[in-house]
Order: sequence, then structure tokens, then C-alpha cells
Amino acid sequence: MSKWNLIVDVAKCDNCRLCFLAVKDEYIGNDFPGVSAAQPPLGHNWLDIRRKERGTYPLVQARFMPVMCNHCDDAPCQKAAKGGAVRKREDGIVIIDPEKSKGQKQIVDACPYGAISWNEEKQIPQAWPFDAHLLDEGWTKTRGEQACPAQVFRTMKVDDAEMQRIRASEGLEVLKPELHTKPRVYYKNLHLITKCFVGGTVVHHVKGVEECAAGVAVVLKKDGREVGRATTDTFGEFLIDKLEPKSGGYELEASGPAGTCGTQFDVAEESRYLGVLTLKAV
Amino acid sequence: MNLTVLLWGIPQAMRLAARVYPDYAARLKERNVVVQFRLRDKPQGRWIKLDGGKIDTGSGLHTAPDLVLEFKNKALAESFLTPPIDLLERIDGAKNFKVRLQGSDELAVWFLGVMSRLESLTWKAGVDMGNGVTRYTSGTNGGPIFVYVKDGKIVRTTPIDFTDEDAPSWSITARGRTFTPPRRTTLGAHGACQKSMVYSKSRLLYPMKRKDFDPNGERNPQNRGKSEFVRISWEEALNLVANEIKRAKAVGPGAIAVDHGSHHQWGNLGHYLSAFNRFWNIVGATKLMHTPDSWEGWFWGAMHHWGNSLRLGCPEFYGTVEDCLKEAEMIVFWSSDPDTTYGFEGMQRREWARELGIKMVHIDPHLNHTAAHLGGKWIAPKPGTDAALAQAICHVWITEGLYDKRFVAERTNGFDEWKAYILGETDGQPKTPEWQEAETGVPARDVRALAREWGSKKTYLGAGSWGVGVGGACRTATGMQWARMMTILAAMQGWGRPGVNFGNLQFGSPLDFSFYFPGYGEGSFSGELTFGANAANNYQRMPHIVTMNSVRQSIPRMWFPEAITQGKAGGYITDVASVQGQFFPFFYPSPGHVPVRMLYKYGSQLLGTMVNGNRWIKAYQHPSLEFIVNQSVWNEGETPFCDVILPACTVFEKWDIGEWYNVGTGYVHHMYSMNNHRVISMQHKCIEPLGESKSDYDIFLALASKLDLGAMYSEGGTSELDWCKRVFDSSDVAKHTTWRKFFKKGYFVVPPDPEPAREAVANRWYYEGRKKDTPEPYPLPSDYSGRYLEGLQTVSGKYEFVAQSLKKIDDPDRPPLNKYMPTYEDPARNPELSGFPLKLQTAHTRYAFHVMGDDEGSTVNDIREHRVLKDGRYYLVARMSRADAEARGIKDEDLIRIWNHRASIVCAALVTERLRPGTVSTYTGSARYEPVGEPGRSTDLGGCVNMLNPKESITKKGHGMKPNAILVQVEKWTGVDTWQPQEAN
Repeated sequence: MSKWNLIVDVAKCDNCRLCFLAVKDEYIGNDFPGVSAAQPPLGHNWLDIRRKERGTYPLVQARFMPVMCNHCDDAPCQKAAKGGAVRKREDGIVIIDPEKSKGQKQIVDACPYGAISWNEEKQIPQAWPFDAHLLDEGWTKTRGEQACPAQVFRTMKVDDAEMQRIRASEGLEVLKPELHTKPRVYYKNLHLITKCFVGGTVVHHVKGVEECAAGVAVVLKKDGREVGRATTDTFGEFLIDKLEPKSGGYELEASGPAGTCGTQFDVAEESRYLGVLTLKAV
Repeated sequence: MNLTVLLWGIPQAMRLAARVYPDYAARLKERNVVVQFRLRDKPQGRWIKLDGGKIDTGSGLHTAPDLVLEFKNKALAESFLTPPIDLLERIDGAKNFKVRLQGSDELAVWFLGVMSRLESLTWKAGVDMGNGVTRYTSGTNGGPIFVYVKDGKIVRTTPIDFTDEDAPSWSITARGRTFTPPRRTTLGAHGACQKSMVYSKSRLLYPMKRKDFDPNGERNPQNRGKSEFVRISWEEALNLVANEIKRAKAVGPGAIAVDHGSHHQWGNLGHYLSAFNRFWNIVGATKLMHTPDSWEGWFWGAMHHWGNSLRLGCPEFYGTVEDCLKEAEMIVFWSSDPDTTYGFEGMQRREWARELGIKMVHIDPHLNHTAAHLGGKWIAPKPGTDAALAQAICHVWITEGLYDKRFVAERTNGFDEWKAYILGETDGQPKTPEWQEAETGVPARDVRALAREWGSKKTYLGAGSWGVGVGGACRTATGMQWARMMTILAAMQGWGRPGVNFGNLQFGSPLDFSFYFPGYGEGSFSGELTFGANAANNYQRMPHIVTMNSVRQSIPRMWFPEAITQGKAGGYITDVASVQGQFFPFFYPSPGHVPVRMLYKYGSQLLGTMVNGNRWIKAYQHPSLEFIVNQSVWNEGETPFCDVILPACTVFEKWDIGEWYNVGTGYVHHMYSMNNHRVISMQHKCIEPLGESKSDYDIFLALASKLDLGAMYSEGGTSELDWCKRVFDSSDVAKHTTWRKFFKKGYFVVPPDPEPAREAVANRWYYEGRKKDTPEPYPLPSDYSGRYLEGLQTVSGKYEFVAQSLKKIDDPDRPPLNKYMPTYEDPARNPELSGFPLKLQTAHTRYAFHVMGDDEGSTVNDIREHRVLKDGRYYLVARMSRADAEARGIKDEDLIRIWNHRASIVCAALVTERLRPGTVSTYTGSARYEPVGEPGRSTDLGGCVNMLNPKESITKKGHGMKPNAILVQVEKWTGVDTWQPQEAN
């Protein structure tokens, strides 16, 4: 049978926050019996947006990742819940029962994605219920997708085999796959959050004047083997992406008509801007 | 129709309506009254008596009528009363005293309203969605929305998804691909948070009076902003305010000053240009002269090189989306962050440009939101030094021959003088890339690379947040130099050549620009014909009675505090009809007028939006201001600095009508070209007003009645709903659908022009030396120096590298040749500023619209990049470079204090790599003001960062703000406030 899934494209998100506000608009002040109790007016971010900066001034990227209840097929919150307070609907949606979950704060702590909020006033755990009440009424998109100006979201109702085919063909990933929670929220271009890049600026001297070196071939090597390649742009800048964090030492070589240059560096937790590299005649 | 039949029919219709509509029956019970209809020339007529809701009527003359409607003669009475109403006839009758009212004004408004309600009783608003839910529409500053309502409560608000019934969308074919926008509207964040604003805890729900304010005794103005308020009745509040108006008017003309924000809630009726202006035009008041805030550098500077005065110095934008996508090879975003503030319609178009491989360059000390999203080269000059970078680009173009020589030779003048300056022939300093590096910090090699790319590729210049001006660098102390440089760069590259123009795809969608719907700038029913765009179209389309403010005194808004505390202030009239209009000074007090003693505020939170706001507190607490009333929706930081609060309701609680981003023939003609579709929305009264709040219109009408001006204000009892219908009838929408259908469905999408009929590309006519063929009525016919439609609005009719209009004034800030003058805000050049090493960017707010959306109850608060919750308070975010933060021991989300000699503000640090070190970046427009100690003399926890900005004008012979790139120091907030203002306020 077909079930609900959500695909989130990290590359398209610019943190406009319209999805974030749409979820608040939907749940603040509204009880949807069987789905959710009203969200408090402030402080709960059932759909949150996490920020990731990569690189350092002046070669920087800012990336944003919407994070919400993953509607896991093997949900840690469901395991932590007592008395059937968390249930899995046949269509894949995970519902935290606003009545049965009362007082069960351990449900909040069980979520490895930090997607469950604690309602202090009502003493209940709350998370984004996939807009189940709207989908049940015939909506085909979540509020977040409807509000999004950048087509970050795709609300998909397909069977699990089809979803796995889409996952493979589009290179989708899930958050914390090592936990095997089987999320129903999939991410595209997640490397923009999880992986590192290395970038730099290549210059050369023309009649004693420093100029940006465009069109220079830059080769990235690890242990002597090429692992990445780029060409500098008009401003002499290059960027090579998808390096593993904490992947250790690399060598970089740049070569153009004006000469060559090279450097060695380590990749630790974060992306690297190598600064200005000057080509020198061989 | 025969008068006897008409008069007989009125009570019959009222009886019938009361039987069918309980609301109407209830309304008839509100008053007991005898109304006499009669002729002036003959003793004939009919009376109607209402008693406990019962209707009695009789032919002839009643002996003791409460209200008399007297018609000059039978023919006039018949034309006046016969439906459908001929408004021109009716207005002619009213304003030329062919129809007169005798009796209480309040009673007249009530009875005429009861009569006109007969027409609207059968109108049905909204679409039934089942389960007791009705879907209404509304309009916000962030765009039009659907409003789902159940049991009198707003359930949700969403963007508008179009259906097949709605007009088709346009498409553009470029480089083998066809692009069509999504079939819906998108909102700005401040539109998407509106439900939370409606139900915010800071809504003002009852009229209130400051508890230590006694109109007949001690007024205690020194306690404004400090003492508490107590609830009073509407009757008490209206009587109090009306009496104060009468008291002030008795002193002499000009004693009442009236004030409003730069904007208002969306809608043609409730706007300050409509409801507010109509009221104060008929009461008479000293208005505050606004200047083109946010356009400073363009208005005071750029305009002199090319005219465009009616666009506040900014260029036209027609056809540029299509031209850019088809032709351009590069877009340079200069101080340009269009993903901020407005809806995200342009974001989709910029995505197409990225898919087409158009290169992007972003010049801004902050890797702004648009830049971060689109990618491309980021160039980060020191704030306020951009003009040097631009001049070095000119140097490369001139020395390497990379400019449009034909355009420069044929379509401009003054280039030789400009060239000599750039090459250093006149001042000994060639403006080389190396020279600029010392000013801007941008590597010379980057400038050469950019200049060569720009000079050899067809490039769009997105200057300012809209790409065609507004915001950012134009607001710095050197903003005029920058904006002037933007025009110079465009002129050197052949402005109007295919692929060479102004824009960042935010403006210039291929829409229908002649389909008429009035923009809010046209003032709707204001009757104001002098200041505003009413006379151009709206006044003919929607006949209404003219109004005129007889008080000729005004105060420059940015120096309102000086006008109050020092008793005098001078500014320059905002007259955009010509380039020279900005040269006319005015003074307060004005001849024959009296100083201000009462202030009426219409919303606004100037402490968050005006410069050096601590001055305002001193003014608000000044004894010469004997009375301050604040008509406002929310309890914002500034609200308590008054004596009486009148609670207004939100747009969701009243009737209004408007078109998304249509300001009319005002300062941004065809502004809706920002959108992918033109969407006109009915702004339904979705829910009843909360508490005892009332619509702005109803508040003004109630006050007007206390002054015997209610019938005049409402044109004989016209309700907001009636006005909506009149606006609809005046527009071209009425040619496409019926009022009833529109009123029910709530919106209308204007069909775009078919492709062959699309408007020409901006300035192509000038580039090609033809008559002007773009659809803007500018310049005015009298302002062409040559033949009509030929040339620009400059003295020479050509683009002027050396601005001749500036030769007529001697302004050291605006020499005719735009030479580089370093900013005063530089500790290296001005040692007295050495304690303030950081430059503060105060950018337009991304998620709020100025202060709208920043309210305490708004869900925007939870946006981590807007405010941060610490110890129970949401602090405004201030971005700091990692280098500057680490040097001060500041970590992400730490509370920090930003200060200079004008103010001290606590913010939450957002530590980032996205800033040039030495720069701090915040949003302007805090809705809060929360002083730690004495208001005006202590640190603010609310986030009014504009208080740090100087009060001095951007130019000596003009009056404009320079609220960007000023010097500050930052430290970790200790929680102990030792700051004292040092600048004499």
C-alpha cells in the first residue's frame, strides 16, 4: 500500500522560514482530535531549520536543513512510549496521542533527531504529525510544501518499494542512518550539511601585478591518488566538495600557464579555505 | 423613478429587510428617530419613524423630526435616491449644497448607514469548505492570503493556490527553455505570521487612559512611557480625544500634529493615505513631512544624473525579466538582497537564471541571504566605501577600453570631465584598483577581474535590494556617492542595450500594466489631491468628495524631536514632480501658525525605525505636548508614550480591498511587477474585532461625528464595505467579473499581456535614440528639455556624468562631479571615533516588515536568525564575524551590548563567517523598546538598533537619513547598565 514520505532538498532551502511559520500557523491554537493538541503560542519548533556554515571568510557557504519528526518505521519514541501513546498509522505517519502521552517526558528524550517538544502546560510530548488531519481531508501537500517558494519539499504517497527506488535513483539520504530508525523523511544534497569542501584562491603575477588566475587546473590528492579536481573561475577561486570530515591529510596542486603551486593540509571537522595560492614559474 | 414611489419604498424595504435579516432588525433597534425627507422648494415629503425597531411612516411633513434630509427640488431628490446610484450626481448634490442635513451628525451617519446597508445585505462572502469552515481572503504587507475560519476564529492562513478558473500565467522562452511561474502566491514571513499577530497577547483590546493623566488637572507628561494605563469606555475615550482636538484647534492653526509610520496594514481603505488622510484633511493638522526613507542615495544623489524623480531617482524596470533571462551573461548584485522583506516571487526567477548558467557576483560586507542561496563570487568591501570600488572599475574600463563608446558619445555628456577625474588628471590621484584597495579592503586583483568580466559580458546590475534601488548602501553616509556611481557604471556599459540593464529579476515580470486597479498610494477615498497620486486615475474612476488640509504647517519627521524640544525645525519638501522639487526648504513653525501642543499617532514605532530614537522619548515627555493619543493595534515599545490609547483592529477584522504590491502611480509605479501574477484581493472581515477594538475607519468616523464631521467623513454614512464595492466598481476587475462573484471568491488574477503585446524593455528606447515607449507617465510633459518623449529628465536631456542640476545648489555633500569622499565614520581619519572600531550595518529586516511581524506574540520571534530566547526574553540577533567575536570573548547566542555615544542596545550574538571582519550586522525595525532604566537614558533590551544611528542629514541641503554603516563598539553584556548618553539630544 502507498504510504506518506517527505523529500527535503537541502540545496534549495534558503531559510526563508515560510514552512516553519506555516507549521506554527497550523498547530498553534488548534486542537485536531486524534492527531495533535494545540501547540503553545511560542517556543515549539515542530519543523525546525538548522543552520550550517561551511568554509571561512571570504569563501563561505550557508546551508539550511529543515528537521522535523521523521515518522520512523522503527521509531525510538514508540519504543519509549507506554500505554500505546505513540502509534504508527497504516499510511506510515507516527502519531503521539495527546491524551495517552500525558506525563511521558521520556518520549521527548527518546527522539535522536531532537524533533519532539515538551508542552509544559499540558505535560505532553508533541511533534509534527505530518499534517495527517489535512492529508485525511484530501490535501496532497503538507503545509510546509505549500508555503515553500523554493520547492524544497516533495510530499510523496507511494509504496515502500517505489520509495526505495526513488531513494536510490536520486541519491537520497536519511538522518543518522546508523541508528536504523527507518525515517520516512529523506534528504537530497545532504552532503551540503554533512561533508566538507576545500577551496582557495589562485593568483599569478603579470608584469609584476597580482592578477586572479582563471582556468587553472586544481588537483586534490590523498596518499598520492587523485580524489578531486576543479578549475579556477574568473576570480581564481576553486572549490572541491564532498570530503569526509576528519579525513586527515591532503595534497593540492594547481597548474596553469604561469606556473604551478601546491599545498598540504588536513581536513578536520570543518570545510577549509586555503587562502591565496600563488602560481610560480616552474 | 418617481419621488413619491421612492420615498414610499424606503420604509417598505427596511421592513422587509428586518423580517429576513435579524442583524438588520437589531440594527433598527439601535436608535429611536424621526427622519424627514423633504423638498426645499415645496412643502412636500415623507417621514419615517423608528421606535424600538418598529417602522412607522407618513406622507407630508412631521411636526418634530430629529433629522431632516432636504433636497433642493423633486428632480434632484429623484436622481439622488434612484438606484443604481449615480455617484457623480450624488456627490454634486452633496458638495454643492443641493442636499442638506439638519440634525445630529451622529444620527445622520447612523440613519444613512442603515439605508445604504439595504444594498449589501444579500452579499455573501467566502467559500464554504465543509465542516463549518469558511475560506475567506485577506491581504497583508507580505501578500494576499486565504483565511480559514471556523466558529468565529481563524483556523489557518495559507498562500493562494490558483485554479483553472484563474487567468493563465505568462511564460518566457530563453536559450531554448521555457519558464512559467508556479500557479500560486508566495508570502513574506511577516504575512505568514499574521494569525499569531491577530491573537497576540500584545493586542490592544480596550480604550485606555494613562492613570496619572487628568485632562482637567495634572497631565504629568514626564511620566509618559513609565506609568500604567487604566481601561476606559469608548464613549469616554472619544469624548476626551474630541475635546482635546477642539481645545487645540481653538489655539490656532497647526496646534495638532499627526503622525503615522511609513506603511500601514495592507488595504486601500485603512491605509494612512486613505482613512487617516481624509480625517485629518477635514479636521486640519500639522503633518509630518516624510522623506524618501530607504531611497536616500537615489533620491538626493542619483536623480541628478538621469532624472526619474517620480521614481525617487530609481530606474524603470519594464521587460527586464525577459531581457535578463534571454540576454544577460552576468548579474552583479550590489548591496542587493532581494530575498529579504518581500515575497519570494523573484526567488523563482533567479533560480531560472542560475539554471541558465548566468554568472552571479555579490558585493556586500555581509554574505547576504540571496548571495548565500544563489552562490557566485562574494566581494566584501568595508561598509560605506563602495563608491571607491566602483570608481576603480571605471578606471579599468577606461584604461582598457571596456565601455560602450557609442552610447557614451551619443547619449551622455560630461564624460571627458569624468574620465579626467578617474585617471587622476584633475586631482593627481588615479582611481586605480590599488587605490581602492586601501579604502575598501577588496583586493585589487578582484576588482580587475570583475571589471574585465563586466566590461566584456552583458551584465545586469542589481543595485539595492530591489535591483532598481532601495535600501542597503544608499543609506550610508556615502550613500549618494554609491547610488550615483551605480548610474555611472550603467551609463558606461550602455544602459538599455540587450542584456545590459538594472535589475536582479525581482522587478519586471511581463504583466498587464494597463489593467486598472488602484494602488494604496492613490489614497482611495481620501479626497487628497495635492500630496499623493489620487488625481492621476483614482479620482476620476471613483468619484468622491475632495478634501484639503487647510493647515500649511509641517514638521520634518526625522527632526520632530527638535521641533518639540527646541521649538523649531527645518526640512525640505518632498516634491517628486521634478528634479528641482527637492531644493525647496520649509520651516517649523510656519508663518501664522502656532506650535504643536497635541500629537495624534496612527500606529508606528518610531523608536525602532527612526534614527537616534532616544531623542523621541525626550519629545514625548516634553511639557509642550499637552496631549498624545495613540491609535494602534499592538502594544509596541512606543505605544505607552502617550495619554490615551485607541485600540484598532487588524485587517482580518474589517472590510478592505487591495492589490498585492500595488502602490499606484506613486513612488513605485507598477510595483506589482515584482510578482509573478497580479492578484487583487477582497479583504474580508473574517472575524469580528477582538475585544472592543474597532477598524481605523470606524474610529475616525466616531471621532468625526463628535466634531460634526461624520457625514462629511463618510460621505453620508458610507461604510467600509460600501467603499470596497466602490473601489471594485472603479477598477477594471468589474469588466471581468461581477461584484458578487468577486466578493464570494475573494480574489482575481489579472490576465497577463499576450506575448506580442508585452511592454518594451526598460530604457531600450533611450539606448536606441527613440521616443520613450515604456508605460510610465514620467517625466511630466513640461519637464522634457527637448521634444516630448525624447530624452531624459535632466537639464541636457541626456545622461549627465557631471550633474548640471547640482550646479545650481552649493552642497558640499553633492558636488556635480561625483568625487570620492571618504565617510566621516572612520576611526583612522577621525581619532575622536577611535573608541568605536566596528561598523554597524542596519539592514532592512528579513522576516518582519520594518516593525510589522516583530510583535511580542508573533511566531517570527522563534526564528533563530531573527531573535533568540534568553532568560525569558527574545533578543534581536546581531551578526558578528568570528574574528571580532573571539577577540571579545563572545560566543554564539551570548548577549552582547552594542553602543556608541547615541545609544546602547543589547542583542544576541550570531557568530558567523559571513561577515567582513570589522562589521556587525543587524536588522532595523524593532517593535520593542525595553529600557533597563530611565527611558531615553539607558540601555535598551528590546533591540532598537536604529537608536545608534545619527540624526544628521545625509546631505546638507536636503533632509534624509543615513542609518547604515555607523561606528559602534561591542562587548559581552554584563547585565549592569552604566551607559549614559553623551550626545546632546
